[in-house]
Amino acid sequence: MQEVNWTALIVFVVLFVFITWLGFAAARWRRGDLDMLHEWGLGGRRFGTLITWFLVGGDLYTAYTFIAVPALAFGAGAVAFFAVPYTILIYPILFLVFPRLWYVCRKHNYITPADFVRGRFGNRWLALAITVTGLVATLPYIALQLLGLQVVIGALGVTSTGYTADVPLVIAFVILAAFTYSSGLRAPASIAVVKDTLIYITAFAAVIVAPIQLGGFDKIFAAIPAQKVLLAIPPAHSTGSYSAYVTLAIGSALALFLYPHSMTGILSASSGHAIRRNAAMLPAYSFMLGLLALLGFFAIAAGVGALPEFAGGFKQFGTNFAVPALILHIFPAWFVGVAFAAIGIGALVPAAIMSIGAANLYTRNIHREFINKNPTDKQEAQMAKWVSLIVKFGALLFIIFAPTQYAIQLQLLGGIWIIQTLPTIMLGVFTRWFNDWALLIGWAVGTVAGTAMAISTNLSPTYTIALGGYTMPGYAAFFTVVLNLVIAVALTPVFNSLRSGVAPRDATAAADYRS
Amino acid sequence: MNGRRDPDTGWSWWYLLFLIQLAVVIWPAFYNKIEPTFIGIPFFYWYQLLCVIIGAILTAIVYFAVAHAPRSS
Repeated sequence: MQEVNWTALIVFVVLFVFITWLGFAAARWRRGDLDMLHEWGLGGRRFGTLITWFLVGGDLYTAYTFIAVPALAFGAGAVAFFAVPYTILIYPILFLVFPRLWYVCRKHNYITPADFVRGRFGNRWLALAITVTGLVATLPYIALQLLGLQVVIGALGVTSTGYTADVPLVIAFVILAAFTYSSGLRAPASIAVVKDTLIYITAFAAVIVAPIQLGGFDKIFAAIPAQKVLLAIPPAHSTGSYSAYVTLAIGSALALFLYPHSMTGILSASSGHAIRRNAAMLPAYSFMLGLLALLGFFAIAAGVGALPEFAGGFKQFGTNFAVPALILHIFPAWFVGVAFAAIGIGALVPAAIMSIGAANLYTRNIHREFINKNPTDKQEAQMAKWVSLIVKFGALLFIIFAPTQYAIQLQLLGGIWIIQTLPTIMLGVFTRWFNDWALLIGWAVGTVAGTAMAISTNLSPTYTIALGGYTMPGYAAFFTVVLNLVIAVALTPVFNSLRSGVAPRDATAAADYRS
Repeated sequence: MNGRRDPDTGWSWWYLLFLIQLAVVIWPAFYNKIEPTFIGIPFFYWYQLLCVIIGAILTAIVYFAVAHAPRSS
C-alpha cells in the first residue's frame, strides 16, 4: 500500500481533535439533567428545525453511504442510482407519518418505537418483537460505520500488521464511546453540523474538480463500459432490472425511518412542526447523494482501479476503495485530509446516534419491561449509557475479527428485518384497526420469508418471483412486507373473533396524535 | 374544506402532489436512455437529479400550503 500521507494525516487528526472537544463540550449545550433518559437519549426533545436538519441528515447519510453508493456505481453501474428515487420517496413518508408519531411520543414520554407499540397495542410480545428487530438490524449498521472509518484510515496510508493494525480504529472508537457516554445525543447533534459542512464541501469540490480534470462529462461517460451506463433492458416475459430498481428504492425508503436511530433523530425535534419543515428542507441532501453516486463513475474514468499505488487498497477493501482512491488521485494532500475527515466524522455521528437508539431500546423495552420494572430515572439513564458502550464495543469486535463481507450481508438482512415492523409502527400511527396478534404473526412470517429469500439468493438483495411464465425480480424486503401486510389484514378479523375477553387497552387517544 | 383539521396531522388534498414525485420515478423504462444528454450527462442521470429538484419544490409547496394553513377555531 502507499506510504503515509503526512499532510493529509495531520489535517485529518486536527479535525478529529476539534470534534472530540466539541463532543465533550456538547454536554453543556442547552443544558439538561443528563441523568434523565429523555435528556441523555433524546437531547431533551429540544432541537429546533436547523439542528434537527443536521442531525437527521447526519443520521441518514452515513459514512457507509458515501463509500458504498459510489462503490456500487463503480462496480455495478446504473443500478447504484436507485439511491436517487429512494431519497425522493423518503420525504413524503417523513412528512405524513412522523409528525403524528412525534406528538403521541411526547404526550406519553415514549422514547423508542417499541414504547409506542407497547402503549398503542398493549401487547408486550409485539413490543418485544419490534425491540429485538430494531436491535438486530442496528448492530451491523454500526459495524459498517466503523468499516467506513477503517477504509479512510487505510487510505491515509496508516497501515501495519498484527495487533497494531487496528490501533487507529480503536482510538477513534474510544473517542466516540467517551463523548457519547458523557454527552448523549447532544454530542452527535453538535458534531453533525461540522460533518455535514465538510461533506458538502467535499462533494461539491469533487463534482467540480473531477470533471474538469477528466475532460468533462462527455469523456467521463465515454469511459464507462456500455453495460454499466444504463439498466439492462428486461428480457421478454420479465420486468427485469426495472422492477429490481424500483422495489429497491421503495423498500429502502420504507425501511429507513423504521430504524431506531432514525426515530431517535426525529423524536429529538422540538415540535411536530419542526419535522415537517425538515421534510421540506432535507431534499437538499438527496441532490448531494445523487452527485456522490456519480463519483463512482469518476473513479472509473480516472482509471484508479488500474493504478499500482491503489492496488493494495482495492485488494483489501474491494470497490469500497473507489472513493478514497479517487479523492487521493484528484485532490492536493491537505484537501485529502479534509475529505477523509468528512467521511471519518461521517462515521462517528451516525454510529453515536445508532448506539444511543439501541441503548434506549434495550433500556426501555427489555430491561424495564422484563427485568427491573420500576427503575429510578437515574438508574434508567445510567443503564442506557452502559448499553451504548457495550453495543459499540460489540460492533468494534465484529469489524476487527469478522470478515468485512459479514457486516455487509448482515446489514442487507437488517433492511429486510426492519421493514417487517412497518405495519405495526407506521400504520399503527394512523389506525388501531389491526389485531396485535395478527401483526405479530405477519411480522414473523415476513421475517422468516425474507430471510429465506435472501439465503436462497446467496445474500443478494433481489429475489425473483415467477408467476405463470412471467418473472419479476425485486427487493426481498419489498415482497415480504407486502406478504406481512396481507397476513396481518387477513388474520385481524380471525383473531378478533377468537379473543375471549376485551382487547388490550389503547393507552393513546386520537387527540394525542395532534398538536 | 378541511380548515378545521390540525395542520400538522390531518388530511389535505395537497398531499396528492406527493403522487407526482412517485409517478415520475416509478418506472425506469421512461428514463432508462442515453439521449438527450445534458452537458455530456446521459438522460438517465440528469433526469433523476431533476426529479429530486421537482420533488423538493413539490414538498415545499405542500409544506407552505398545509403547514401554514390558517387555523380556524
